Amino acid sequence: MALLELNNLKVHYPIRGGFFQRVIDHVKAVDGLSISIEPGKTYGLVGESGCGKTTTGRAIIGLNKITDGKVTFEGQDLTRIAHKNQHPLRRDIQMIFQDPYSSLNARKRVIDIIAEPLRNFEKLSPDEERRRIQDLLERVGLNPEAAFKYPHEFSGGQRQRIGIARALTLNPKLIIADEPVSALDVSVQAQVLNFMKEIQKEFNLTYLFISHDLGIVRHMCDQIGIMYRGRLVEQGNTEDIYDHPQHVYTRRLISAIPNIDPGQRQESAKLRREIMSSYQDDLKQLLDAEGKPLALKSISSSHQVALP
Amino acid sequence: MNTEPVLQIKGLTVSFRIRDQYYPAVDQLDLTINKNEVLAIVGESGCGKSALALSLTRLHDSKNTRIEGELLFKGQDLNKLSPGQMNKIRGSEIGMIFQDPLTALNPLMTIGRQIEENLDYHTSLSKKEKTKLIYELLEHVNIVNPQRVYEQYPHELSGGMRQRVMIAIAIACRPSLIIADEPTTALDVTIQSQILDLLKQLQSETEAGIVLITHDLGVVAEMADRVVVMYAGEVVEIASVYELFNNPLHPYTRSLLASMPAANAEQDQLHVIQGRVPSLQNIPRGTCRFSERIPWIPQTAHAEQPTLNEVGTEHWVRCTCYQHFHFEDEGKEHVLDGIAGAK
Amino acid sequence: MWKFTLRRILIMIPQLFVLSVLVFFVAKAMPGDALTGLIQNNPNLSPQMIAEQRERMGLNDPAMVQYARWVGNLFHGDLGISYVHKVDVTYLIGSRLANTFYLGVAILILTYIISIPLGILSGRYQNSLLDKTITGYTYLSFATPLFIFALVVVFVFGFQLGWFPTSGSVDAGVQPGTWDYFMNRLHHLLLPAFAGAFVSTTATIQYLRNEVIDTRLKDFVKTARSKGVPESKVYSRHILRNSLLPIAAFLGYDLTAVLAGNLFIESIFGYPGLGQLFLQSITQRDFSVVTALVMISGLLALIGTLLSDIILSWVDPRIRIS
Repeated sequence: MALLELNNLKVHYPIRGGFFQRVIDHVKAVDGLSISIEPGKTYGLVGESGCGKTTTGRAIIGLNKITDGKVTFEGQDLTRIAHKNQHPLRRDIQMIFQDPYSSLNARKRVIDIIAEPLRNFEKLSPDEERRRIQDLLERVGLNPEAAFKYPHEFSGGQRQRIGIARALTLNPKLIIADEPVSALDVSVQAQVLNFMKEIQKEFNLTYLFISHDLGIVRHMCDQIGIMYRGRLVEQGNTEDIYDHPQHVYTRRLISAIPNIDPGQRQESAKLRREIMSSYQDDLKQLLDAEGKPLALKSISSSHQVALP
Repeated sequence: MNTEPVLQIKGLTVSFRIRDQYYPAVDQLDLTINKNEVLAIVGESGCGKSALALSLTRLHDSKNTRIEGELLFKGQDLNKLSPGQMNKIRGSEIGMIFQDPLTALNPLMTIGRQIEENLDYHTSLSKKEKTKLIYELLEHVNIVNPQRVYEQYPHELSGGMRQRVMIAIAIACRPSLIIADEPTTALDVTIQSQILDLLKQLQSETEAGIVLITHDLGVVAEMADRVVVMYAGEVVEIASVYELFNNPLHPYTRSLLASMPAANAEQDQLHVIQGRVPSLQNIPRGTCRFSERIPWIPQTAHAEQPTLNEVGTEHWVRCTCYQHFHFEDEGKEHVLDGIAGAK
Repeated sequence: MWKFTLRRILIMIPQLFVLSVLVFFVAKAMPGDALTGLIQNNPNLSPQMIAEQRERMGLNDPAMVQYARWVGNLFHGDLGISYVHKVDVTYLIGSRLANTFYLGVAILILTYIISIPLGILSGRYQNSLLDKTITGYTYLSFATPLFIFALVVVFVFGFQLGWFPTSGSVDAGVQPGTWDYFMNRLHHLLLPAFAGAFVSTTATIQYLRNEVIDTRLKDFVKTARSKGVPESKVYSRHILRNSLLPIAAFLGYDLTAVLAGNLFIESIFGYPGLGQLFLQSITQRDFSVVTALVMISGLLALIGTLLSDIILSWVDPRIRIS
């Protein structure tokens, strides 16, 4: 059974206008997204800025209001408990944010940052709490003494580990990672990605990995969904997406990834030109009247594409 | 390839003042940028690549920065020019493109005015001619509706459009050198490929030399003719792009390549470089600066005052440690094998 | 734009309503009313006459009826009668308004003339001797209480040196409309205006200095330099305009604050403006004047916010109002 299932998820923001500031239209940030994530796997949600991937992650965790659709976690509908912060299901889903520089409160010590989710759910004595936090810090590869320092005393990679430690405090089952390494240098990126893989095995974690970096997604994810204007255009495993992309949008996205073999340069450029030559027309054929992707159709057991 | 030099950098040292003491962020750098070539300068934050980029046009805050060495550009040393003479070269002979196109444009000025400003100081065109030229420039960077964009403000444009405007500003006076500091880092991948293609196309027309500062080895592989790898203020390797990706030698270059997710998608674990990039005050000077990141390589493998050595055609590597370098995990296997063999 | 302004004006109506209710009932709760003010120095009135008078003036009506009448009068520009001066409040305020306006505008102009160049120089040459001198001045003016400073100024320049008059807005007997009259008014204005500006420049200088220091480091300034724009133009075209945005945002408040009067300055310099009137009315319990002045400054504050928004949308294309 899937751990997390999004069923026709919609998140719309009202646009106000006119003399009385009435709602005149909606921004349909997420508009009919269906995804299912198996336990212990990593699902990569990929797309360009404005495609709705971040909104999706925030909606699952309750930071954005869901307009319509269902979010089922372990068989329970999360939309019904959307505003109950203390609900036990809330502790099973945690989030890692993009920017380790701004997502940690600079005025709090590490121990207080990590203990925050813990304090919401459990009543521990200060001693127990400290032991638990220091244990966690050790597990994310930081010195237990780090508990009493402030975020600015750490490097970017270390800060992201603190963010991960905070997400891990409540032993969650699902972690939503929104661009967890895009603010980091290449070698530090590697460190954090390795670490995410290690703890995934250790705690049998499930990831919803939100990213615009197709290289990282390929390395991290078992299943990948390509998002465009609030919906999926294509979904499949790594091979499906990277080696046999079907939707023209996916093909364009994949072809834009810089090829790390300089010898392939001419061919990559040629492929890009080929796709771009008829891109607008090809894409139009695959969109509905509203300019949104069509419904997904299975073309193999693992691979779905939004084709007519 | 045409190897007519555009800019020759000799013994460039860029030092920043921290508490009344100057620390070199770029140390004794020699480099030549040729006409019609894309020279990529790659490295992680703190390696000195941005300090280098800004020093080429002396855009640093002069109160806290010291630039030493020669910057020979068209027969004159840029480092000896007066501020007024330098201003004549900035924007006309040397164009610059910066990382974040949102913050790099003045929010209170129309796009047209911002491009025109460049022409104001370097041409004697009439208002009418300038406007016409600006339309042409905007069209040239593939902006569909130049007349409209001319009147618009930066916030009304998308990130990709804004970067095209930045490029239009940089090329307005057909410079012979373009310095692009992380020009696509803030952009989506499809926009990135468009911008890179645009830069290539413009280069083929103007034969300008391009200095491409980036942390992204993928962008390097797509764009560069030659690559300079920097670490802790020094060049550690220079090679043609093919040579660098096929035969990387310096331990830092090899470590960087091994830590790239895109290059190692099938690997379960990526390579992690031990320790962290030293801060400006803590750079180990006078020894192999990378040695502290590869402690399993014996000290004897490093040269004492490491210099750049030519190891192949146009392939330069600093220090001698590359001859003895192996990754730590490989080394471990080696040791384990040894133990197993002994048993 | 017009839609926006109109909507904002409409929103002001409920705000003003709440303010008027508050003002009216607080005034009601105070001891004394219109009649006690009128008769307070007249012991010859019999209690019966007072009661009749009270009935005639409607002071025995329910509070709601009185409130409705008061608001109705406000709409007609009738602000009531001053208990103390026994004249229409409208007339009283009208006679002071011009003085306050001149003083306020003078302070405002002096403030900007002094603080804009100083703020920019201080930010541009950060940590230089010039910057330290200017910053020193702002600390001094910040630390000096206005009333003490004003008293010292009056004492030194007014009484000791005799360079400036020490009270009033114009000398008696000067013919209005003549050049002498104008110069005479200006003469009366200068000392209080400088005293007011001395203190009000502090915030603007500090604010502008910080803005310039921030803006100087922005990427677009780097872009401007990379275009070969000379340093002086980098400041005048790029840094200055962006740094002045927040100052422009305050201009709306400043303009309306001009009309509200300056309590301390007007009192100490004996300058007959609204601020002085307000202070006098409070000490003399002239509540009809106080309520009218509070209502007016409330209205001005609301208009100030609107003005600020309009000015800001006018100078910053990012918040253009469509």
